[in-house]
Amino acid sequence: MSNLRLGIFCVGLLVLAALLSLVWTPYPPAVIDVPHKLIPPSAAHWLGADALGRDVASEILAGARVSLLVGVIAVGIGLSFGVALGLIAASVKGVVEDAIMKACDFAFAFPALLLAILLTATYGPGVVNAIAAIGVANVPVFAKLTRAAANGVLAREYALAARAAGRGPFAIAFEHVLPNIAAALIVQATIQFAIAILAEAALSYLGLGAQPPLVSWGRMLADAQAWLYVAPRLAVFPGLAVAFSVLGLNLLGDGLRDALDPKLRARR
Amino acid sequence: MLLSVENLCVDLAVLGGFKRVVRGVSFALAEGQSLGVVGESGSGKTITALAIMGLLPEGALVSGAIRFEGRDLATASEAQMQKLRGDRVAMVFQEPMSALNPLHRIGDQVAEPLRLHRGFSRARAGAEAVRLLTRVRLRDPERLARAYPFALSGGERQRAMIAMALACGPKLLIADEPTTALDVTVQAGILDLLAALGRETGLSILLVSHDLAVIARHCRRVLVMYGGAVMEEGPVEAVLGQALHPYTRALLAARPTIGAPRVRLAAIPGAYAAAAQGCAFAPRCPLALPACEREPPTVALANGHVVRCVRVTPDGRLT
Repeated sequence: MSNLRLGIFCVGLLVLAALLSLVWTPYPPAVIDVPHKLIPPSAAHWLGADALGRDVASEILAGARVSLLVGVIAVGIGLSFGVALGLIAASVKGVVEDAIMKACDFAFAFPALLLAILLTATYGPGVVNAIAAIGVANVPVFAKLTRAAANGVLAREYALAARAAGRGPFAIAFEHVLPNIAAALIVQATIQFAIAILAEAALSYLGLGAQPPLVSWGRMLADAQAWLYVAPRLAVFPGLAVAFSVLGLNLLGDGLRDALDPKLRARR
Repeated sequence: MLLSVENLCVDLAVLGGFKRVVRGVSFALAEGQSLGVVGESGSGKTITALAIMGLLPEGALVSGAIRFEGRDLATASEAQMQKLRGDRVAMVFQEPMSALNPLHRIGDQVAEPLRLHRGFSRARAGAEAVRLLTRVRLRDPERLARAYPFALSGGERQRAMIAMALACGPKLLIADEPTTALDVTVQAGILDLLAALGRETGLSILLVSHDLAVIARHCRRVLVMYGGAVMEEGPVEAVLGQALHPYTRALLAARPTIGAPRVRLAAIPGAYAAAAQGCAFAPRCPLALPACEREPPTVALANGHVVRCVRVTPDGRLT
């Protein structure tokens, strides 16, 4: 099976799980049921229950929602601001370009985790702040990619020809540059999506992301830590869910890269 | 005069400073006329063309005057230039393969100047695109207007580029080596088309080329450039027929001739280099004198034939 199909399958399953959790989960997620605490997987509890008797299967399904939400919004923030900044940098050139690129270098040097801790310290922990931190960290990635790809397109003769036809720099950026760099942006977006899911899990694990009763894979991992010797499966299942999603998105990114590049397609 | 360029100098930003690539170029182009600009790579002919269009790379410095329809384009603002480009002045590029955006249909690209400068609706511009494609003698224009660039041959694309350039009925067309990337039979077709369109519409054409045969066949007047400076200028018959400047002569001697006995072509000795001071060609000129280190005199002969060489006498002899 090709990377693309495998990626679509994995990501499809992730989306399906998130959608399913909206209408049905085996048990209501995040509902405490102490008598059933730490029971192993059974017909009633497919993946067992955690230290507070919460059904792990239900929580995994509900956790997919948070992961997807974080990915979509964080990548959305990164794409919208990053692409805009990158296009401005490539179209305007000069001091503006230097300023934007230097700001991106600075943002790269500033750890996203530190930013998340900063936001948490200021506004309190929560999934919204985690999303904001991951989104902001995505902006320079897209800005740099957009500028580099846009400069490649602007060096082509059709960009010069569009100027010779009387087009302004911003019209050229939208009509000529953006469609021609869309493939690179889509591929990067899937990869950043995977990184965002990973980052959310890490932040929630550190207690900086999703707070109870909101279910998140990272928070499940944090809860499981105390019981690692008693019930290691509590860490294994959400860990597998994260790994599966990230793998799926990376395969999708690779597959899209191959599918969107006519040169690679022709070689096969 | 439709276009008159006076003492044009262009400095391009290079690492750690500026490099003068066009040095005091002057010429004039009357309405309905065609002027050829010939010279080897790096002689400044493309930069001269881009300077007229206001499309020089970022950080380039322009001095001198570029008068077009009574306006000085050298000092015009970018907004004014945008209004002019594609409307009054149009340009055709060297590489038809990369001068069309691969993601837009031919018809949409050809009609772009009309939508931009004339405010045509999409439907009206589309109909006009088909008419323009017909005018550049493309077969099956309806189908081509809906096609994407990859489906067209090089010659067809260059014709589409010309259609796009002519969309708004410009007064001046700058063709920068329009046929260099095409094979010789297609080349002749494109150049004949340009000449015919010039006659039909009174279009003035500035044809940049390094091909002397192309210039000889399609231009009335010719400008020979080397190292960013004009070496010789005048009617094609005079400049190519009775070349006086040592550089023009060397260029003519370096042409292969069909039917002539196979001899080694007369290459110009030395690598391309332009002197910073005085005559640009002096470092490679077989007739160079110490006096060539100063600015060469401008020798004006009959019929507007002008030579910039210290060794040319006022009565038109190379001594």
